[in-house]
Amino acid sequence: MSELPLRAQLAAALGKGAASLSRATGRGDGSVIGGRVALKVEPDLLAKLARGRRLTLVSATNGKTTTTRLIAAALRELGEIATNEHGANMPTGHITALANSPDARIGVLEVDEKYLPQVLRETNASVVVLMNLSRDQMDRASEINLLAKKWREALQKSETHVIANADDPLVAWAGLGARYATWVSAGQRWKEDSWCCPECGGHLKRDPDPHWECPECGLRRPEATWAVDNATDSVVDPNDQRMPLQLNLPGDANRANAAIALATAAAYGIHPKQSLPRLREIHSVAGRYTSVVTNGVEVRLLLAKNPAGWLESFAVLDPPRVPVILSVNAQIPDGKDTSWLWDVDYTVLRGRRVFVMGERRTDLALRLETDEVPFEIADRVDQVIAGLKSEQPDLTKLDVIANYTAFQQIRTAYGRVQ
Amino acid sequence: MSDTSSRLRIVWIYPDLLSTYGDRGNVLILRRRAELRGIATEIVHVHSSDAVPVEGDIYLLGGGEDRPQILAAERLRADGGLKRAAERGAAVLAICAGYQIIGESYGDDADNPLPGVGILDVRSGRGETRAVGEIVADVDPNLGVGRITGFENHQGRTAIGPNAVPLSRTVRGIGNDGQTEGAYQGQVLGTYLHGPALPRNPELADLLLRWRVGAIPPLPPSWGERLHEERLAAAL
Repeated sequence: MSELPLRAQLAAALGKGAASLSRATGRGDGSVIGGRVALKVEPDLLAKLARGRRLTLVSATNGKTTTTRLIAAALRELGEIATNEHGANMPTGHITALANSPDARIGVLEVDEKYLPQVLRETNASVVVLMNLSRDQMDRASEINLLAKKWREALQKSETHVIANADDPLVAWAGLGARYATWVSAGQRWKEDSWCCPECGGHLKRDPDPHWECPECGLRRPEATWAVDNATDSVVDPNDQRMPLQLNLPGDANRANAAIALATAAAYGIHPKQSLPRLREIHSVAGRYTSVVTNGVEVRLLLAKNPAGWLESFAVLDPPRVPVILSVNAQIPDGKDTSWLWDVDYTVLRGRRVFVMGERRTDLALRLETDEVPFEIADRVDQVIAGLKSEQPDLTKLDVIANYTAFQQIRTAYGRVQ
Repeated sequence: MSDTSSRLRIVWIYPDLLSTYGDRGNVLILRRRAELRGIATEIVHVHSSDAVPVEGDIYLLGGGEDRPQILAAERLRADGGLKRAAERGAAVLAICAGYQIIGESYGDDADNPLPGVGILDVRSGRGETRAVGEIVADVDPNLGVGRITGFENHQGRTAIGPNAVPLSRTVRGIGNDGQTEGAYQGQVLGTYLHGPALPRNPELADLLLRWRVGAIPPLPPSWGERLHEERLAAAL
């Protein structure tokens, strides 16, 4: 901090004050307001705070917060890490994260997709991690083809080292703009946004999975040096060493996140054998995948914000005996448009007890009726549990899948569980 | 129904190019509302590399980003199947980007006019502002649909030529130009109500079914009607 010019020091200090106030008054984590106050005083603050540090930026539609957390855990092998672990992923949040750790020489920052070109330009980050792009809150977010193009252009102008998922055509095309790249075969379950070639618009040939190529212009999947193997729960490194993952986070999506984190740590010189034990220590991320035990029932909270996320969540649901609550809101952070509910296939929920909640539960009700999935309308998680317990006293588990503000409401009801 | 089959053939055009948000909902609701009335259906997915079959009953086109939209228009024009199907009297529901490309012309991202499929007499270009949000409109009384609600998210502005008729008058939102929303010509219908327009407006789904199978019995009200009322109340 002492190397910072006086104005930047003042800006950072004022920001911290605002952040403490926000926390003390219970309004939030303080990450956003703190950065906003600081930026007013020193508009170049992010560039100044980034100077002299080795930063990694992490962006994607899904899994940003979790992967940022995994990478930070691995890099702690090297000492203190500056990171925005509360998911405040715009420049205000980056300023707060860097200002809070003035002595950390290494930083890992989750970055909103739209802000990635700007943040890369201002921070001159050494590593950029890119995982996936899919439809998400289109009433306020950019079209993803356009996003990929902006990523590609930003990477072409930088010296950064990209670590990216080769199996997602849009992400790979963006990453191919960079001079230095490490490719990870991290998989792609949701393919509905990548049937067309990002270069020429042709219909991609996509088999055998995960291979893809464009028959018209010849663009093809880059050769990956790291790979996830979901069938054996393992990762294969560039030396063809196969290592069991054995994470405490569920599902294929988290295996992909972990493989990307291992490749990133390796770029910092940390061997996966050193990183893996650190990744296994993580059981939940900002409340995601947390289990809360209430009334003798273990309630697991799954955040899913868009069709690709819902598809991943369905894949990690416990066996069919476990009931599930689906909760959907349509506030600004969720996207005001619930059309995406129709992109998800709910037939996999047949045979399971399903409850629908949230401000847009009528949309969910019609959606489930159309897929012929029986459901019940609910108001609150604790009421569902009480009702279930009276019918089924031996009930021990319940899953909850919710989109952003619906998830936060439920999480807050359980005391902002981490 | 079509001459060659006793099933109602629902043809989804280019889900790989035009399926931005929930367009699949229209296919699912048409199928459900037909089958609840004992009408057997067949769903045909036509990918961008496939020929468009001419013998379908109801053709659906969804929304898409700029580049996929241009590619879809080029392929549909070269293929010719959709135009022949419309000339044979098939019903067509085209949404957002799909609405624009079945017209006479539409604009690319720099607003250069590009030729459309030409089965609906409308011309689209780019407006100054993006229209985003809930939309409510009163449908042409000749169609017996009433008030429709949906979500719009587009930058297009559409002028209706002499051979087409506005689908509706806007009560809230922008639609074609702030005055009218959508257009129809015979049994070809276009709208900016993006994504699941039919799930949110069961009467509009029934209009398409009536166009192909004639009179159909009413269905008992269910979640579709509940959602329709709820969204109208929230938007007005």
